[in-house]
Amino acid sequence: NSGVVCLLRPLLLDVVPSIRQTTALALGRLADYDVVVAEAIVKAGILPQLICALPEENRYYKKTAAFVLRAIAKHSPQLAQAIVQCGALEVLVICLEDFDPGVKEGASWAFGYIARHNPELSQAVVDAGAVPLLVLCIQEPEIALKRIAASTLSDISKHSPELAQTVVDAGAIAHLAQMIPNPDAKLKRQVLSALSQIAKHSVDLAELVVEAEIFPVVLTCLKDSDEYVKKNGATLIREIAKHTPELSQLIVNSGAVAAVIDCIGSCRGTVRLPGIMTLGYVAAHSENLSMAVIVSKGIPPLCVCLIEEHEDHIKAAAAWALGQIGRHSAEHARHVAVANVLSTLLDIYVDTRSSEDLKMKASRFAKKALKNILQKCTYLPALEPLLHEAPPNIMKHIIGQFSKVLPHDSKARRLFVTTGGLKKVQEIKAEPGSLLQEYINTINNCYPEEIVR
Amino acid sequence: YFYIFRAIDEDRKTKYKAAVKIQRWFRACRVRAYLRNLSKMAILIQKWWRGYLRRKHFREIVERAYFIKKLKFYNEMAVRIQKMWRGYYVRKYIHNFYALKKYLKAVSVNNQLVRSELQEYAEMKENEEKMKDLAKKEKEKKYQARKMHYLLSTEQIPGIYNSPFRKSPDPMELLLRKSKPLTHRKQQLKSPFADELYDWLTCKKPPAFVTALPLLPADRQKPQGPFRDPAEVLRQRYKPLEPTLRVRESMNSPQARAREATRRQEWRNPIHNNEFLPFSSYHKNDEKYEPSLCKSGKYGREAYGTKYFREVYPKKWIADKDFETLFSSIVLFEKFGKTYSSTGQIV
Repeated sequence: NSGVVCLLRPLLLDVVPSIRQTTALALGRLADYDVVVAEAIVKAGILPQLICALPEENRYYKKTAAFVLRAIAKHSPQLAQAIVQCGALEVLVICLEDFDPGVKEGASWAFGYIARHNPELSQAVVDAGAVPLLVLCIQEPEIALKRIAASTLSDISKHSPELAQTVVDAGAIAHLAQMIPNPDAKLKRQVLSALSQIAKHSVDLAELVVEAEIFPVVLTCLKDSDEYVKKNGATLIREIAKHTPELSQLIVNSGAVAAVIDCIGSCRGTVRLPGIMTLGYVAAHSENLSMAVIVSKGIPPLCVCLIEEHEDHIKAAAAWALGQIGRHSAEHARHVAVANVLSTLLDIYVDTRSSEDLKMKASRFAKKALKNILQKCTYLPALEPLLHEAPPNIMKHIIGQFSKVLPHDSKARRLFVTTGGLKKVQEIKAEPGSLLQEYINTINNCYPEEIVR
Repeated sequence: YFYIFRAIDEDRKTKYKAAVKIQRWFRACRVRAYLRNLSKMAILIQKWWRGYLRRKHFREIVERAYFIKKLKFYNEMAVRIQKMWRGYYVRKYIHNFYALKKYLKAVSVNNQLVRSELQEYAEMKENEEKMKDLAKKEKEKKYQARKMHYLLSTEQIPGIYNSPFRKSPDPMELLLRKSKPLTHRKQQLKSPFADELYDWLTCKKPPAFVTALPLLPADRQKPQGPFRDPAEVLRQRYKPLEPTLRVRESMNSPQARAREATRRQEWRNPIHNNEFLPFSSYHKNDEKYEPSLCKSGKYGREAYGTKYFREVYPKKWIADKDFETLFSSIVLFEKFGKTYSSTGQIV
């Protein structure tokens, strides 16, 4: 492939326009396939020749040139930087102003690939004045053009709040929100991802997105047949919910929590992850909200996720979400405990603790969740199975809870003895003076001497 | 005698010493009593003084204690009031249990609603998908029926789908009966341009410029009227553009710009305005004055160019007569020029 680029180079300056077009097409396809060729093209200095006379060429040439630029930019940030340094951005902006929708699509695709890599390149794209033109492109009737313009806006706004603010200032939110009900699945994916990238940076941006009246409409996306539309819809709701309690309240009031829960129930795999995190964020803000999540039957799908999924990060997210739901008060902890999820959490924690060097996320989150729930849990029937299997650092919380409840509740005391809990407590060896020993003493004091022996 | 005097002397000394001792003792007792009295007096004075001071302070202490007692009492009462108020306030407004219960119930009702609506939406979407699939299948079937039209049964020979052992013909047979046979021409119906543009969007195929002339059917009836030979027309219409090199290059290319500079120079610099013509007598005929169409004509303005535009070549006519409008297709246009004034006469 070393000779090809040098051979193609003089053809680019040929007199006949169709030769120039086909050469550009060849270069584009070569660069698309292989990184080495793309680097060779950049090093050979073809790019300035490609773009120098671009504004006067016909639309097929512009399309092919945009294709070449996009094929080169997609491989790495350095190549994209090289393209920017050649002054390609102004030329691409001129292409964006063209009438032909194919040319606009090629140009916005190239912009998308350039802006994807890092914030400086996105800033360069914005400085070239592409954003208002992209917003105009979104309003065009061709679906492919809309898709690509939406994905470009999403790539630009994902890096930093200032870039997202620039996109918002160009009036993108209203148009993106109008396109959510569109039946085309790929378009919905891109639009939802663009809105979620905008909303994730700050409270003001999230509020702006919410004000665009997305709420009842986004829920229909959660029921779409396409997996990624559901995932992106859940991501959007998550980005909105995570900022403040008021936004989470809004989400609960509009019934989005139920839709998210159904969505989690119907999907499998990584697609569930944003939904789980949404529930976690909503429950984390206040206890009323977490009660609302419980009431909307949020706990069973989370338990199912915890048991079924094999991926570490999904399990970690489910454990975290359950911890957030259960940590507020005894009532919440009781709901979580009733779902028999504590033993699963314990299993996860114990299971992966054996390989200490791995330090898997699931085990860390499971431990924190267990601690948080146990500190509030007074539902003894759920605690008893844990008594038999728990490692020492969890044991002290369990015993602590028992010691808090048993002095006051006689029926519980009787149950504790009959299920062999007291025996187990005696078997635990604790250093005298430690907290564990105090708890054990408290429990032993509840019972008469003969039974303790 | 000496011993008597010594004895008397010693006797006197001892008596003297005894007297001194007694006096000394007595005086000490007196002094002691006096001191005792003094200290008693001092104690008395101090006692009375201290009692007086303490009684004075005692009143203040009592007042203070009373004040503190009152304050404590008030504090307790205030605490009681605040306790009741705060409990009421929190229970009513901040952690309103019943409001929370109502809210949660409302949330669950809302969730139910949302879930049912979403369910309906999902079902509707599914139905749409199914309908689309069904419609597609129907279309496929119909197309197949049209292609296999020859499998229809005739009067004599029953077709495949119309076996004599069946009670009634197969639905495929009925479809075949309904469908119109496909003609060859339908093969080319897909316009080449639609594919081309789509391919251009993904840059898969270069454009196929129209180079082949479309074929006309052999038995086409010649249309009535003075039409040109169709081959001629097509040749003219689809003649490929062959611009010169100068035209092909864009206006803004560097060569054009360079030419522009010399052209401007030439326009500026010539000595006289007449163009140099190599064979001057050759062009003499071209310089003949041609009167303009508006003014020339036998008696003034000629009607052609202003009143009518069509050229007529009677030699080329196939029939004898020119076109006649037997009836007008658009009635409104008949009134053109005839409503108000009599200008615009149609020849």
